[in-house]
Order: sequence, then structure tokens, then C-alpha cells
Amino acid sequence: MKYFKFLTAGILFGIILTKSEVISWYRIYEMFRFESFHMYGVIGSAVLTGIIIIQLIKRVGLKSIGGEPVSFSDKAKNYKAALFGGTIFGLGWAMTGACPGPIYVLIGNGFLVFILVLISAALGTLAYGFLKPRLPH
Amino acid sequence: MIEIIKQPWPWYVAGPAISLVMFLLIYFGKNFGVSSTLRTMCSIGGAGKIIDFFKFDWKDQLWNLVFVGGALLGGWITSAFLMDNEMVAISNSTVESLTEYNIIPHGYVPQSIFSWASVFSLQGFIMIIIGGFLVGFGTRWAGGCTSGHAITGLSNLQLPSLVSVIGFFIGGLITTHFLLPLIFNL
Repeated sequence: MKYFKFLTAGILFGIILTKSEVISWYRIYEMFRFESFHMYGVIGSAVLTGIIIIQLIKRVGLKSIGGEPVSFSDKAKNYKAALFGGTIFGLGWAMTGACPGPIYVLIGNGFLVFILVLISAALGTLAYGFLKPRLPH
Repeated sequence: MIEIIKQPWPWYVAGPAISLVMFLLIYFGKNFGVSSTLRTMCSIGGAGKIIDFFKFDWKDQLWNLVFVGGALLGGWITSAFLMDNEMVAISNSTVESLTEYNIIPHGYVPQSIFSWASVFSLQGFIMIIIGGFLVGFGTRWAGGCTSGHAITGLSNLQLPSLVSVIGFFIGGLITTHFLLPLIFNL
């Protein structure tokens, strides 16, 4: 049952994203039109709390559940990839109204057509893997 | 208690709760990044035989598939037990702009676009299939999505994550203000 804790964390994640309406296409549309503080509040307060959590983990030297020290790897400094890839993702995010997390949560909520969004997203990742050597990073 | 849970949760509950999920995964010795599961699925499907990018032991990533499986289950639990059938409380100006395109906000997503029947229309094909493809392509190129870059990366003060998030917004603003008006009029 070593996977049970991940299932539990996932269930919690699914409940939070549904109850806070983060999975709603309307909320994403509204966010990109700057017509509500809601999404900025969610992401902003998550980041602020996250900064505090990660600083505390580093200061305290927290050990993981398996007893190993927690370490953070830096994100690769691929600024072109970050900007170009980020923009491509943004184009799709505002169409589907769902980033990868909400795709799964929407399927669970019974919006089964998002299974097609998921398959398309996997194919998009496949296409990226194929083109990776030819793309700027 | 259950009555409180059934209300829509405000941002100041949701945001810290999401970073709690991030903390749990860190404490479990992993990291918070949902888009990686797309790469794992390609690997399970055998893409590693042709493309090196997918050549890795996907069993090491099984925990993340369990996590998103849980997220799916969490969505189902919420819809079955923790919902008052309320409408998403978007602003009036957002509602008005959608009405101009004959979209009457109801439920979580516009049913006229996100349905099985609409996949075969040009509008639905772009929004569902092309949109999904861009999400999968872009997140992997950028090296993360909202969870990996915007939440985890920014929390760990990573500059590449800030650049990615700026990219997310450039793309999202282009779609919302230039592409959607064209797509909605198809």
C-alpha cells in the first residue's frame, strides 16, 4: 500500500480544484479577461504559502517520510523553452480552460469529453518528444 | 460542517490548500508536477522504442499516475457528495461577453462547446483537440505546467518558472482576446 498516500493526496487535490471552481472553463476565461480576482487569489496565495513552506523545509532540514533529507532540484535554465513552450501552453489553456491537473479532475466530475483533451495532450507531449532536438531550448 | 464544505471555496482557502498538497508530495519524497504524467503515458505506450525522450523506467513515475487517478476520484467524490448545484459565480461582465457569443454560462464548462457532438464541428475540434494538443506540447517544452512551474517553481523562486508563467499569460491572452472571438464566430 505504498501508493495509498499518493491516492489520498490526489483525492484532496481533486476536491480542492472542484470546490474552488479552478476547473471551470469560465474561471479561466474570466482570469484572462482580468474580470475577477478569484484565480489570481488562488494562484497568488498558493505561491505565497508555498514560498513559506519551502523556506521552512530548507531551514528546518526536513526529512521525507522515508527518512531522506528533502532536496530541491533547480529548474533547467532553458529560458527559450520556458517562454516559447509556456506561450504554446497558454494558447491551449485558454481554449480548453484546463491545465493538466484540472483535465483529470474534470473527467472525474463527469465531463467525459475531457478524455479527448487528455489524449490530445498526450499526443502533444509525444510530438514535442519527437521534435525536441530541433526546437530551441 | 458538511454545509460549509458544500459552499464554493474562496481563494484564500483554495490557494493554501493547494500548497498543502505540494507539501505532502514533497514530504513523500516526490514533487508536485502534473504534466509529467503525460510523458509517462507516452512511455508506457512504447514511445521510448522510437524516441529517446520517452526512454526511462516509467515505474518510477507510477506514484504520479496514482496521484492524478486520485485527483480524478476527488472530482467524482465532490460532484457526487459535496456539491450544491450552484452556478460558477463569475463576474457580470464575463457573463455579458459570453452572451454576445450566444454562450449562456451554466455548470462548469460551456456544454455547447465541450460535448461529444461538438468534436465534429470545427469550433469543437479546435477547442478540444487542438487545445489539448497545445497543452501537452507546450507544458513539456516549457518543462512544467501550472503545478510544476507556477506553484512549485515560483515557490522555490526559480527564474525559469517565472519566464514560463509569463509565457502562460502571453498565450492565454492571445487566445482569449484574439482567437476565441474568431473561433466563437465560426
